[in-house]
Amino acid sequence: MPQTVLVVEDEPHIVDSLSFLMKKAGFDVFIARDGDAALRMVESCPPDLMLLDIMLPRRDGFDVLKSVRSNPAWRDIRVILLTAKGRDVDRLKGMELGADDFVTKPFSTKEVVRLVRQHLGVEEKTA
Amino acid sequence: MLVDWFIVLASIGYLLVLFAVAYIADKRAERGAGITSHPYIYALSLGVYCTSWTFYGSVGRAASSGLDFLPIYIGPTLVFILWWLVIRKIIRITKAHRITSIADFISSRYGKSSRMSILVTVIAVVGIVPYISLQLKAVATSFNVLKQYPEVIAPSYSPPIATVADTAFWVALVMALFAILFGTRTVDNSEHHEGVVVAIAFESVVKLLAFLAVGIFVTYGLYDGLGDLFAKASAYPELVKLMTFEQEGAYTTWITLTTLSMVAAICLPRQFQVMAVENVNEPELRKGAWLFPLYLLAINIFVLPIALGGLLQFPDGAVNADTFVLTLPMAHHQEWLALFVFLGGLSAATGMVIVATIALSTMVSNDLVMPALLQLKWLGLTERGDFTGIVLFVRRSSILLILFLGYAYFRFLGESDALVTIGLISFAAVFQFAPAMLGGMFWKGGNRSGALTGLFLGFIVWAYTLLLPSFAKSGILPLSFITEGPLGIELLKPYALFDLQGLDNLTHALFWTTVINVGAYVFVSLYSRHSALERVQGALFVDVFRYADQGPRSQIWQGSALVEDLFNLLVRFIGRARADRAFSNYFRDRGLERRRVTTADADLVNFTERLMAGAIGTASARVMISSVVKGEAVRIEEVMKILEETSQVIEYSQSLEQKSFELESTTRQLRAANERLKELDRLKDEFLSTVSHELRTPLTSIRSFSEILSDHPDLDEAEKSRFLRIIVKESVRLTRLINQVLDLAKIEAGQMEWVVEKLDVARVIENSMEAMSALLSERTIQLEKDIWANLPAVKGDRDRLMQVIVNLLSNAVKFCDPDKGRVKVSVRRSGPELVVLVSDNGRGIPWISREKIFEKFHQSREGLTDKPHGTGLGLSISRQIVEYFGGRLELVESSNKGSVFGVFLPVEEGKDQIQVGE
Repeated sequence: MPQTVLVVEDEPHIVDSLSFLMKKAGFDVFIARDGDAALRMVESCPPDLMLLDIMLPRRDGFDVLKSVRSNPAWRDIRVILLTAKGRDVDRLKGMELGADDFVTKPFSTKEVVRLVRQHLGVEEKTA
Repeated sequence: MLVDWFIVLASIGYLLVLFAVAYIADKRAERGAGITSHPYIYALSLGVYCTSWTFYGSVGRAASSGLDFLPIYIGPTLVFILWWLVIRKIIRITKAHRITSIADFISSRYGKSSRMSILVTVIAVVGIVPYISLQLKAVATSFNVLKQYPEVIAPSYSPPIATVADTAFWVALVMALFAILFGTRTVDNSEHHEGVVVAIAFESVVKLLAFLAVGIFVTYGLYDGLGDLFAKASAYPELVKLMTFEQEGAYTTWITLTTLSMVAAICLPRQFQVMAVENVNEPELRKGAWLFPLYLLAINIFVLPIALGGLLQFPDGAVNADTFVLTLPMAHHQEWLALFVFLGGLSAATGMVIVATIALSTMVSNDLVMPALLQLKWLGLTERGDFTGIVLFVRRSSILLILFLGYAYFRFLGESDALVTIGLISFAAVFQFAPAMLGGMFWKGGNRSGALTGLFLGFIVWAYTLLLPSFAKSGILPLSFITEGPLGIELLKPYALFDLQGLDNLTHALFWTTVINVGAYVFVSLYSRHSALERVQGALFVDVFRYADQGPRSQIWQGSALVEDLFNLLVRFIGRARADRAFSNYFRDRGLERRRVTTADADLVNFTERLMAGAIGTASARVMISSVVKGEAVRIEEVMKILEETSQVIEYSQSLEQKSFELESTTRQLRAANERLKELDRLKDEFLSTVSHELRTPLTSIRSFSEILSDHPDLDEAEKSRFLRIIVKESVRLTRLINQVLDLAKIEAGQMEWVVEKLDVARVIENSMEAMSALLSERTIQLEKDIWANLPAVKGDRDRLMQVIVNLLSNAVKFCDPDKGRVKVSVRRSGPELVVLVSDNGRGIPWISREKIFEKFHQSREGLTDKPHGTGLGLSISRQIVEYFGGRLELVESSNKGSVFGVFLPVEEGKDQIQVGE
């Protein structure tokens, strides 16, 4: 059973590229385009890892993270935050709220894949 | 032709015109269309200063002592130009206290003292009666000269034995009639005599024209202009003297005359009447202040030429110089001119007599007769119902009495002195008012005892040094009174009192009266007690501008009065209708219901007192009021002292409060400024991080797909090309974003380069639509346009305006109905604006967001997940562009059937049609 990755991102092209990368890396991919959708998704089938954008319509990434961390059942979900602002305050805030890692846009695709694998404990395949 | 009956007829004709003028003016005023508030009328009415004394006497004086006639006119000129503020203060006080005469003015200042007003009235009557008789004399003399036409005889006038045959008698009677008809229509003298004032202004015009006519006749008819006249006169040494200052003591005389006439211009009862009592609006004074001196200048221009002409034409001295104005035209058979001149003289005389008798009669009735009648308990007047009839009767009788006195003076004493001398005696009499009046306006220290003493002594000295000698000259007193002094006491010679010699009679008199009057006024004021009321009135007069808003509040009544009593009292003096109106207004202004108020407060008592003062004078009004008000007036000193202390404390605490308030406000401002700075800093931070976010987003896609393409060479072709298309699209988006961010930064920093020109908006829109055609053709969208013809030009930058339109159009295209898209552009004019409306049939924008959408980086994220995002800057930039050209960009309308954006641009002023070059 492949591990699941939930991509939470409102920019369609970024969703495109991330889901392509995750699929290639061998994960099952779910997609949510806003915060509310992300939480619904987590509720119905909790993923192993979330790629969570911070700037989201309706409910932002921090909010989603807070909700996820507040439920003990979801404590094991790995969360990697995506941000385009690149500010230290955002990174700090994310870490305080319990994010596992942090990726700044524009990201290196290799780096993202490496981080996801690392947090999910998957051995890197030879390229 | 110039026989008795014709002259009489012409005079009657003239007087009828005068009656008509006065009547019409009164009627107009009743309709509320009065014209006395007109500054020209005001200035002309001040011209009552110029009497027959000016008309005939100036030439006489110029013929005997040259330029000495001038100071009489320099004085008032100086007053109106230099003492402008003094006059304004007099007018303000007069209005605030409803002053009816100069006697009222002075007595009101000194505690509404009735002794004061009696003294002033007596002085005024004694001083002015000779002046009135002078006018009668002038008319009679000129009549007798004129009827000899064409003979020019030496006018030695001797009145006929029978009074009924005497011209002057009839003149006096007609004038009395006029004064009664138009001067005593109502009792309230603080109301204006519109008819009289307009008639006086009319007379001022007549006498000026008549005098100018003679002047022009002499200067240009008999001689070839001023140059010729003066050249001819220069041949005679005694005439040259008239044009220069060679006479001994000329300078002291000048100073004396100027001083006298300065005071006379204010203190003569008739001048006070027209200047202050009849003044309707204070602002008239501004114009009057230069128009009146101008009038004086005009009426004096030809005095010297006429005098010289007369002396040249009648070299043997057979003709009295006082009649030159009349005899010169007569000698040259200008009968119409002579008649006109006679009428001019008549107008000068009637003007003075009418105003003077009205002013004096007001004083006599208000300050002498009425108080006396009220004092006489056995007459039972205080219990009488209606006073208005009595007041009017007294006033009318006074007019007759004064004119009778004038006539009597003329009959028995009028022959002794030349016109000018009699006039100057009058001037010197009213000069006695100056210390009390002017001192009272500027020196709070002056009190009633001081003013009374000064005035009384000044009057005695005046009578002794000027009036009695004039009696002596006309034979009523032995001539030795002048030459040797009374009972042979040399030290008391009236023209050389205490051996003061070397001055002319007038300067001598002026010196002694001034020294004694002013000396007594100041000395006694300093060393005698001030009554409470005097002190209050003093403060109210001196600080009239400070108290102006509060109205005069001279007395604080401790006791109480019934409204009913006050009302009944008032009815007796001013009539029921007017009293009713006044009380109704009073209560209405204060928002009170008259029926509910039974006890009058101090304010109402004062109000009633002022109203009554208008009818019977301040002194009498006070007596009447105190008969109704029960209880004593508070001792004002005590009240003042308490008030003073309290007000000091209040002032101090107010200034502290003020200080702390200022500090607080400064702190608040600082805090606000600080907040604003923080806010700006936060906004800047926010903006930078937003820009960073917006730039990183397309960049992320570009980088991701580039890396995917390069890391996965095994992708199929379809996928490869899809990824490449994404890369290209996002690159375009990135470029656009960078451009817009730069635009925005430039606009906000004021560094945008604008190419401003007059634009044909219709054409800009066509161009924009062409630019959009590629995008439109991709989709099935119905594009409509509705552009008015002959639209006016607007000012703007062509490319920027296109940017705006394209932005709106692309938004419309983006958000319109996905299946049956419809976009409409319309351009029309609406008032001063040109309106461009861009509408779509999309889902609309929530009305609550109508302003948010113009914020930077605001993006509509709803329902567009599969569409390329805009930058979120388009509308913001567009709005800034439109606003730069003074226009507005707004969401005009929005519903679920679509939204309408409007661009409102100001139409280029003055150009209705388009004048665009290329």
